[in-house]
Amino acid sequence: MVEMVSRPYEAAFEKHAMAHDEVLCLSADLTSSCEIDKFRDNHPEKFLSLGMAEQNMMSFAGGLGLAGYRPFLHSFGVFLYRRPYDQLMASIAYPRRKVRLMGFLPGITTPGGMTHQAIEDVSVMRSIPNMTILETGDATEVESICEAADSIDGPVYCRVLRGSVPRLFDTPIKVGEMRELETGNDILIVSSGITTEEAMRASAALKGAGVSVRHLHLNTIKPFDHKTMLDHIASVKGGVITLENHVVDGGIGSLMAETMADAGVGKRLVRLGLKDTYAHGGSRAYLMRYYGLDALALVHGIEDLMGQKFGITEDDLSAARVEAVHSLVKAEGL
Amino acid sequence: MEQTLRNEKTTEEVALGIRRRVFEHSIRNNGGYMSQACSAAEQLAWLYNEELNLGAPTLPMIPKPFEGVPHKDNPDYHTGAGYNGPVAPDLDRLFIAPAHYALVAYATLIETGRMAPEGLEMFNKDGSSVEMIGAEHSPGMEVHNGTLGIGLSTAAGLAYGRKLRGDTGNVWVYMSDGEVQEGQTWEAIAACAHHKIDNVKAIMDVNRQQCDGAMDSVMEVGDIGRKMEEFGAKVVWVNAHSIDEMREAVKTPHPGQPLIILANSSPFEGMPTLEERFPRLHYVRFKSEDERARFNIEIAESLGIDPIDYAH
Repeated sequence: MVEMVSRPYEAAFEKHAMAHDEVLCLSADLTSSCEIDKFRDNHPEKFLSLGMAEQNMMSFAGGLGLAGYRPFLHSFGVFLYRRPYDQLMASIAYPRRKVRLMGFLPGITTPGGMTHQAIEDVSVMRSIPNMTILETGDATEVESICEAADSIDGPVYCRVLRGSVPRLFDTPIKVGEMRELETGNDILIVSSGITTEEAMRASAALKGAGVSVRHLHLNTIKPFDHKTMLDHIASVKGGVITLENHVVDGGIGSLMAETMADAGVGKRLVRLGLKDTYAHGGSRAYLMRYYGLDALALVHGIEDLMGQKFGITEDDLSAARVEAVHSLVKAEGL
Repeated sequence: MEQTLRNEKTTEEVALGIRRRVFEHSIRNNGGYMSQACSAAEQLAWLYNEELNLGAPTLPMIPKPFEGVPHKDNPDYHTGAGYNGPVAPDLDRLFIAPAHYALVAYATLIETGRMAPEGLEMFNKDGSSVEMIGAEHSPGMEVHNGTLGIGLSTAAGLAYGRKLRGDTGNVWVYMSDGEVQEGQTWEAIAACAHHKIDNVKAIMDVNRQQCDGAMDSVMEVGDIGRKMEEFGAKVVWVNAHSIDEMREAVKTPHPGQPLIILANSSPFEGMPTLEERFPRLHYVRFKSEDERARFNIEIAESLGIDPIDYAH
């Protein structure tokens, strides 16, 4: 079964920060929640506590960028754009400061309810000129997020997973490259973040039911490789389905819709995610079931897309083994 | 080069020149930020003519047109900071936090020999970099501050970074008192105090005016000096029209604290006729040709110049 990795960000950030003089660690009163408490204790000279004052932190980080530093801002994703949106625009995005926004607890991965759940962050960030968006879907991506983010010539927003994170991949994030997890030709599944593991579970069961699935995992949401995606869309007979830990407006579902419409692709698109609704507080598994973000929801979506029933049950899905995707499986994709 | 840029005029002469240029511009354009020139002239004149340690300008005396915003496809993009000279470890930096003072700041650049008078003719013209609300690419600007309250935070971050690098230059912020209504201003002062960022120096135009009118009628802010001290700044009050008081105030030791000079100003200093328009002074647009003509005559007399011939 899949290996679970404990706190992959913690060591990865320390390694990256200590290898680069210009990297600084900024925190807004969520230091242990963002797995940088040990870093604070071990490297106080590179750590700045800026308190519960995100508006100041954004402009302050812009000033550090102007001074030639590359600050990594740590907070829950939701606090990095909702309150300090104006400062994010004027002090970071417009001047293309090399500020790395490390947004923890993306979407419904927090039981904190509406105030803590970044459910429209991708939509907001996609519409900000000069912004890059990365999202981690497993421990390997978390381990490589710092280096990937710090390679960006401009600001970058990252959806980062914390705590116990499954290892699904064995190669680091390559900015701009989507991962090909399955290369079938009936339908195309596009997922990112925590929904990728769900989609892997669903695709294992669907394969058992005789469906030839093509499954892509996105870790780079902006900029986006439309051309490669269009090739994948063309290589399936049926339609496209997206599953995202986000509202379906403005996230990867919209990204696919835009990609298809711009190119005049006339295939069906089913977008799964939060459908014009806030979520509430609860466990991740409960919320993914309640709001239709899990493997079962994906199977039902694919049944809708294909006009067929596969008789796949919840038990089939929990029995489906999710194995780490080794680069050997799809060498050309990684 | 630095020395040749300084003291060609007295600071009093620079301040008078600022008011005259802003007045002339406003009369010709049927309105402008005249009140800001009244309150700020001595402060900006003092900063540029005496206090700031700046190098010679690195950008053309006549500003180039707008050349695009920061973008990966615009590699030649640069800000307007070059009018304040080069970036160097020992030199100061200046942010004009209320970017609405841009007209006054541009007039200061002209009076101190950093921009040609033609620059002001480009003010607020389509395709010009000399924008109405100072943009990053506008002369003398280095960051966007049109959204009020973000300047001090940016300065704090830059100053912290410069301190880490061992730079000796200061980061100056020109502020306006309306900004204290924004919570971010208080966050920034607290951050400076907590991190002992004492290479930040600010001078705030306390004219007690904002867009809607007198601040007390819009939202009272109380004793801002005492509040700033409580948040951790070193505060000194001065008469905004006394250059000597500013010269003394900046000598105040402030180890481990940002210095904020609160400059008590009159929004019609030097142009007493403007008092007729109180309390709507943020942007004075003439209500009639008669008013424009009368203000032209009266204010010109106050400033010791002939009325502006704006008919042509």
